[in-house]
Amino acid sequence: MTSNQMDKKILIETKGVCLALDGKKILDKVDIRLHKGEIVTLIGPNGAGKSTLVRVILGLIKQDSGEVRLAPKLRIGYMPQRLTIDPVLPLTVRRFLTLAQRCSESKLIEALTEVGAELLLDSAMQTLSGGETQRVLLARAMLRDPDLLILDEPVQGVDVTGQDELYRLIGTIRKRHGCGILMISHDLHMVMSATDQVLCLNRHVCCSGHPDSVRIDPSYVALFGPAEIQQPVITPYSHQHDHSHDAHGDIVEDDHKDCKHG
Amino acid sequence: MDDFLLRALLAGLGVAIVAGPLGAFVVWRKMAYFGDTLAHAALLGVALGFLLDFNTNLGVVVVCVLLALLLVAMQQKQKLANDTLLGILSHSTLSMGLIALAFMETLRIDLMSYLFGDILAVSNTDLYWIFACAALALTVLITIWRPLLAITVHEELARVEGVPVTWVKLALMLLIAIVIAVAMKVVGILLITSLLIIPAATARCFARNPEQMAIYAALIGCIAVSGGLFASLEWDLPAGPAIVVSAAALFFSAPWWLKLKRSRKQI
Repeated sequence: MTSNQMDKKILIETKGVCLALDGKKILDKVDIRLHKGEIVTLIGPNGAGKSTLVRVILGLIKQDSGEVRLAPKLRIGYMPQRLTIDPVLPLTVRRFLTLAQRCSESKLIEALTEVGAELLLDSAMQTLSGGETQRVLLARAMLRDPDLLILDEPVQGVDVTGQDELYRLIGTIRKRHGCGILMISHDLHMVMSATDQVLCLNRHVCCSGHPDSVRIDPSYVALFGPAEIQQPVITPYSHQHDHSHDAHGDIVEDDHKDCKHG
Repeated sequence: MDDFLLRALLAGLGVAIVAGPLGAFVVWRKMAYFGDTLAHAALLGVALGFLLDFNTNLGVVVVCVLLALLLVAMQQKQKLANDTLLGILSHSTLSMGLIALAFMETLRIDLMSYLFGDILAVSNTDLYWIFACAALALTVLITIWRPLLAITVHEELARVEGVPVTWVKLALMLLIAIVIAVAMKVVGILLITSLLIIPAATARCFARNPEQMAIYAALIGCIAVSGGLFASLEWDLPAGPAIVVSAAALFFSAPWWLKLKRSRKQI
């Protein structure tokens, strides 16, 4: 694996990136490197500077010191963490995908089909579920025919089965297009198995390596606590509340505003 | 039709056609209070125009643009919420404008006409100004339409995709400043924002995509102007407020129209 990576083109390389915001140190001498066709996942607790590091790489904020080198003519597809579109703006998926550039109908359908969202072409953006929104965002990133995909918490707001599907999809895209992928996740359990390298970030890079080696790394343990390691098989379970409880614990019906009945 | 009436109608339509599509962005980007602030500052522009003896329209545009730049600079430095900042600038510039006008004792200015518009007194020169500015503003708006929409939906995503965000935002501010300068004649400083947001908000009921919303907003603005002028003539109402009330009437009746349209389809 390592020797293989040596021959591959480096897409991103940062050296000693430091950044302070409002006098608070957010990034401290961060070095990362990402090769073509490689998936690197950034993990770390809230406020560890994951999103900030990605924003520095994207050129959205300037680092105080250190170097960020991107491969020349690198085409980046970016999937932001959150997308909320006000209902006052009437916008279909088709229109959303063509905001950055005009493109042909066939290309649109191809991109949506790749992410399994081809039926959504004429849906209003505001009617999409969390998982559907993420897929459409991914399609928009793919339309740029990127050498590098940067995904900020791509499975956020998606239920567990959906998360699994999305990670699988990201793995497939890497295989088919051979692009590098830099991804943020805040949970090592959720880090997809296809990840080549995990970087544990807490202002500085605590540890890095293959997911299995990071899981037993002392600095990872210090950061996330040993309980997490003892029970690595537990799949985080989350569910959408469709009812609330009153003070006695009885179920109170609410207006079901978030439910979609199909 | 009388000459003054034709001029009034043309002036109103000219402003409505550009205020509609631009108003759509004001609504999408939640800039209603921003528009209000620039409009209030316009009075200062009028005063400066008189004091320094140059075109008042130009004075208004210059003051509005300067204020917009000041606002952007203050947003980045201050810890105050946006609406607080806007409130401070809005009322202080309006007051400064009123004081500046009060100083000009030698010049008699009809303050009411600036505050609430005097569309029936529109001159041929005013008409040229309105149409020249409307044409310019529409051309710029169409040119920056796609990038402007892209940053409205998600600014950082647009920036990563290569949209020159700062320039596009500056262009939008400039457009709003220009429209305020010409709309002042029609509905006056205190009512300008209504011409931007009411037609656009009404158009939302009927529109399926952003472009439709912009075009409908222009049309609804035209109907509001015509209706308001008619009412003003028929019942001797002040023209500016009559236009705003007629726009509001369209807004409140829009859901009703929509219902009627849907029930017809079902039959």
